[in-house]
Amino acid sequence: MSALELRVAAVEPLSPLVTRFRFEHPAGAALPLFSGGAHIVVEMPDAGVLRRNAYSLISDPMDGSGYEIAVRREDAGRGGSRFMHTQVKPGDTLRVTAPINLFSLDLRAKKHVLIGGGIGITPFLAQLRQLTRLQMPFELHYAARSRAEAAGLALLPDLPQIHVHISEEGNRMDLGAILSGQPLGTHVYTCGPEGLIAAVDDTAARLGWPKGALHSEAFLSPPPGTPFTVTLKSGRTIEVGPHQSLLEALEAAEVEVNWSCRGGACGRCETGVSACHGRIEHHDHWLSDEEKAAQTKIMPCVSRFTGEMLTLDL
Amino acid sequence: MPRTEFSPSIASRPTYAPLRPHGAAPALMLADAEGAEALLELAAADPAVMDRAHLIYIPAGAAHGPRLRDLGAKMYHEAPSFSAALERYRKALLDAKMGTQLYLAGTEGLIGQGLAEALAAGLPADAIQSEHRGSIARRMQCVHCKGITENVTTDPFTCSHCGLTLFVRDHFSRRLGAFQGVCVDAETPGIVPEMKEIKA
Repeated sequence: MSALELRVAAVEPLSPLVTRFRFEHPAGAALPLFSGGAHIVVEMPDAGVLRRNAYSLISDPMDGSGYEIAVRREDAGRGGSRFMHTQVKPGDTLRVTAPINLFSLDLRAKKHVLIGGGIGITPFLAQLRQLTRLQMPFELHYAARSRAEAAGLALLPDLPQIHVHISEEGNRMDLGAILSGQPLGTHVYTCGPEGLIAAVDDTAARLGWPKGALHSEAFLSPPPGTPFTVTLKSGRTIEVGPHQSLLEALEAAEVEVNWSCRGGACGRCETGVSACHGRIEHHDHWLSDEEKAAQTKIMPCVSRFTGEMLTLDL
Repeated sequence: MPRTEFSPSIASRPTYAPLRPHGAAPALMLADAEGAEALLELAAADPAVMDRAHLIYIPAGAAHGPRLRDLGAKMYHEAPSFSAALERYRKALLDAKMGTQLYLAGTEGLIGQGLAEALAAGLPADAIQSEHRGSIARRMQCVHCKGITENVTTDPFTCSHCGLTLFVRDHFSRRLGAFQGVCVDAETPGIVPEMKEIKA
């Protein structure tokens, strides 16, 4: 993994739960540029545990002076976002990966419709800058429960293409109205809760949209579960704790695994399974249903195991 | 005339599945000659497919026009050639909304050009269906002079623009809606393989 050691240049609360972080090169050097929708993985050394979380970049993709992310504190989560909110201060140094984009704009589109729910607004903040620069037609719909929770409001420019839907104010997002009558060549991008992505897919299917025009991103955080043990080719066994992912357990045991998004989307950490006596709990969006049923592959970033023995091709 | 079965070839050679109805979704239909029969069968499978259809037909000497007109498409138009139909077809694509289904039926030249126009207009490939009926003559581009020769039925053939003798390849350009023709005697000028009829 190509990593960058960056200095925390600013920490700014945007709402009670969402805080913006800005990272800059310690010597003021320019950072690699990126494209709208890209994310970085931030390494968090938290009391002996090395956490790694992926966050979408929200700053201008053509601005190499710094990277900005917006982090929502998940108190019920595994601790990464809590670490960012409580431990990270301006002047600290953090390791982050170079930007990777698994949610880029399809630049063949004639028009782009961006639909963000809650903290899912983040990748669109960078895409918005890219689209404005390219002078491409777009519309952005941002849905949040209440104005106080809508951290994105502080980050959205005042443009007529931007529509804010606050459900508490009786202004719920009407997906049927948004997806009806869009010109040929429109592509739709959805980021937010799984329910929103499913609702966009259902509405689009009902209106006859082809699947190729629909894009979505739902990063998963590794779900907790009961502890389990995996066996390596050498016969060595690795214990996975209840709040630890298999990938994290392998890393802690210094077993090398390739990874990128750490959220079950990119496919990079796909690992072969040579023996499975039990059931793999697949949580990823990468393997097909057939592959999941075959139990011969696992995505260690989010998936777990229950049963007697799981042997990995590692 | 039944649906054409082409022999297996390289990955770029287009294949054509039978048209399947998408109910009463807004539809644009473009057919020539025997392609009319594919639309007649489509409408027989689900008459609702015509409810919001704009059908453009190029008879090219075929007698299917009256039967197609009777299918009750929301708009029906006959044109003497693809180039005569092009302004109407482009306008229909320009006005179309996402959710529109495109049905192409007939010769490879018509399907290829109809597909190229639709992709350029932004219609995603997975909203487009095509079914081959009728003549298997090919629309060929000369890779040397870039001229297009329509209705090529033999291999090799003579480029109607630069006069080179061209080998008929299965390489197909989706952008141009044409197969590629390559000089067959570049290494051995004048030594040309025997001319054969193109087969499906």
